[in-house]
Amino acid sequence: MQLAFTEQQQAFRSEIRTWLKANVPAEPLRTFDTEEGFQQHREWEATLNQGRWGMVTWPEALGGRGCDLIEWLIFEEEYYRAGAPLRVNQNGIFLLGPTLMEYGTEEQKARFLPAMAEGRDIWAQGWSEPGAGSDMAAIRSTAQRKGDKYIINGQKTWSTRAVWADWLFGMFRTDPESERHRGLTFILVPLKTPGITVRPIPQLDGLPGFAEIFFDNVEVDVSNRLGEEGAGWAVAMATAGFERGLMLRSPARFQETARRLVELYRANEASVSHDPQVREAVMRAYLDAESYCLSTYQTACRLSQGGKIGAESSTNKIFWSELDQNMHATAMSILGARAELLPHAPAASGVGHWLDGWLFSQSGPIYAGTNEIQRNIIAERMLGMPR
Amino acid sequence: MDFTFSEDQLLFQDSVRGFLVNEITPERLRAGWDTETGRDPALWQQLAELGLTGLTVPEEHGGLGMNAVDFVLLAQECGYVALPEPLVNHALVAVPLLEDLGGELAARWLPLAATGEARVVAAVEQNLVVEDAHVADLLLLERDGQWYALEQGQFSCERNESVDPGRRLFSVAVPAGATVVAGGAQARILRSATLNRGALGCAAQALGLAQRMIDLSVQYTADRKQFGKPIGSFQAVKHHMANVAVRLEYAKAPVHRAAYAAAEDAAAAGLAVAQAKLMACEAANLAAKNSIQVHGAMGYTWEVDLHIFMKKAWALANTWGDAGWHKQQVAEVIFADGAALGAGATFQ
Repeated sequence: MQLAFTEQQQAFRSEIRTWLKANVPAEPLRTFDTEEGFQQHREWEATLNQGRWGMVTWPEALGGRGCDLIEWLIFEEEYYRAGAPLRVNQNGIFLLGPTLMEYGTEEQKARFLPAMAEGRDIWAQGWSEPGAGSDMAAIRSTAQRKGDKYIINGQKTWSTRAVWADWLFGMFRTDPESERHRGLTFILVPLKTPGITVRPIPQLDGLPGFAEIFFDNVEVDVSNRLGEEGAGWAVAMATAGFERGLMLRSPARFQETARRLVELYRANEASVSHDPQVREAVMRAYLDAESYCLSTYQTACRLSQGGKIGAESSTNKIFWSELDQNMHATAMSILGARAELLPHAPAASGVGHWLDGWLFSQSGPIYAGTNEIQRNIIAERMLGMPR
Repeated sequence: MDFTFSEDQLLFQDSVRGFLVNEITPERLRAGWDTETGRDPALWQQLAELGLTGLTVPEEHGGLGMNAVDFVLLAQECGYVALPEPLVNHALVAVPLLEDLGGELAARWLPLAATGEARVVAAVEQNLVVEDAHVADLLLLERDGQWYALEQGQFSCERNESVDPGRRLFSVAVPAGATVVAGGAQARILRSATLNRGALGCAAQALGLAQRMIDLSVQYTADRKQFGKPIGSFQAVKHHMANVAVRLEYAKAPVHRAAYAAAEDAAAAGLAVAQAKLMACEAANLAAKNSIQVHGAMGYTWEVDLHIFMKKAWALANTWGDAGWHKQQVAEVIFADGAALGAGATFQ
């Protein structure tokens, strides 16, 4: 055990710190749940890519830096510390990208990865359907093979970023006789194809952060299939694998929220002193965010020495999503009567972006497998309780 | 950056776990409750033969010269079986203190500690009562800012019964004229280091206790049937245990980090230990709360083994600094001007 960074790791940290200082936009971008903001974030992806900071964990040959998990954590720490923009293409870079590298043909890699890296193609996910939420194997949208085409019919929903995205990756039933996990195929679909209707769904903040997508005899070339026909479930499980989960929710994000929460508490200490629970909750935020960081580093080190991910990784999502909700609830308590005010309201001094964060934190325990589903997985696969 | 244990450390943990689980059965623990000392010299001898009593004793005094990082996984295993012998105090707390005190005292006692001929126990002002004072061949005691080294027979102890029948707790009076072995600034430094190691020992044992309570509950809820099914198949029961597993999972790395800080004498050891003890003891307390619930009425009995581990977890949560004391340690750091918080600050 040696809990210090190497010189090489420290040099890496200062390199990214310097670059971010010079390149992070001084004015925060608009949210990518607006058309203008989406475009701004697309441009930011291109800027990141020009600095070769877009996909640091990708191999160098693909425009990445071949970073290991520790370097990835360092990158994330500097990224959040610098207040750099959120990643509009994270579905592509962290979920589809690694899956393409594992399952894609050389032709597919050449066709999709550079465009993804440069921010030309922004990707949305197509998993959930009206009848397939927690029970993802209940997917009913079909892709019928006709020559070298698939004819797609059905409906996807809760597709994050789909309103302005260029592509969608998802699972469709290619074998009409099949049930559950069998007979599903992983297909990449250009969202501009005739027969596709994207209907934006306003989220809790009123902005169209996700959409439902209707497919009416949509023709997609067979070359857009990722992996074998009928092997979609296995490909999708790789996409949902832990390392990518870790990359989607790196500890730095929560540590920065905890740091801002301490600042908010100190700035409002006099007005919240009548509620001793607030102090406790702020401290709890710090402890949990630090513990999340320590655990992630421990797992990253174990993996980089050849260790394997076990069922304990299912604890990850419950921990960060509840932490995020608790931290924002605490901020709401500190802000008191100001908590409900939108940032531009005249009486909303010092409210920052806590309200946005509070609204967004409501989604954490729901998306990417509800926390109830995660608890079932923990009980059955990690603890061995009966099904 | 290497936040892993070596293969040797993990192998040693495995072999110690194997020994403890075989030897320290609940039946044996229960038998010990009714004996006069509650402690078993033959078992202590076995622990010595495994090299555990001398693990942290420097090599020149006949030990293995290892540190808190080497011992922390073993302390977890001691928690898993609710080991009654004062091994965690001896190896993790008292021996490093004895080494810090140095001089003739250390030269005389460290070799005896290494072989297990002497059981050494340490306690600080924060310890209302002293665990295992009655079997300590040497008691290193801090009172009113001064350290005393008291040999068995030189002090009187009065027993305080605990809710945990496995714990033997004593009020100890420093005899008039006892020799002060450290005072002033040195005594304060030693108190802080000793308290850190004591709290680390509690935290590590709490991890083991929480795991044991999960294991007992998983077994019980698989065996117990209602409505024609094992009750462990019901989601309401599963989710109780999943909640414990989540809190336990995220308490581990803080404990291992605290062990590293304690071993390296890092300036931040106080914060790391406070965090570890809060996280681990809370996980163990949640394990107790949810485990008794899924055991139903059986959990409320003396007969079912759960209470052995539950009571120890309750006790450890408030010994070597209660929760409030450790929260204060955290608050003093994070609410200070210029505190190093946020992304990238953890290992700075």
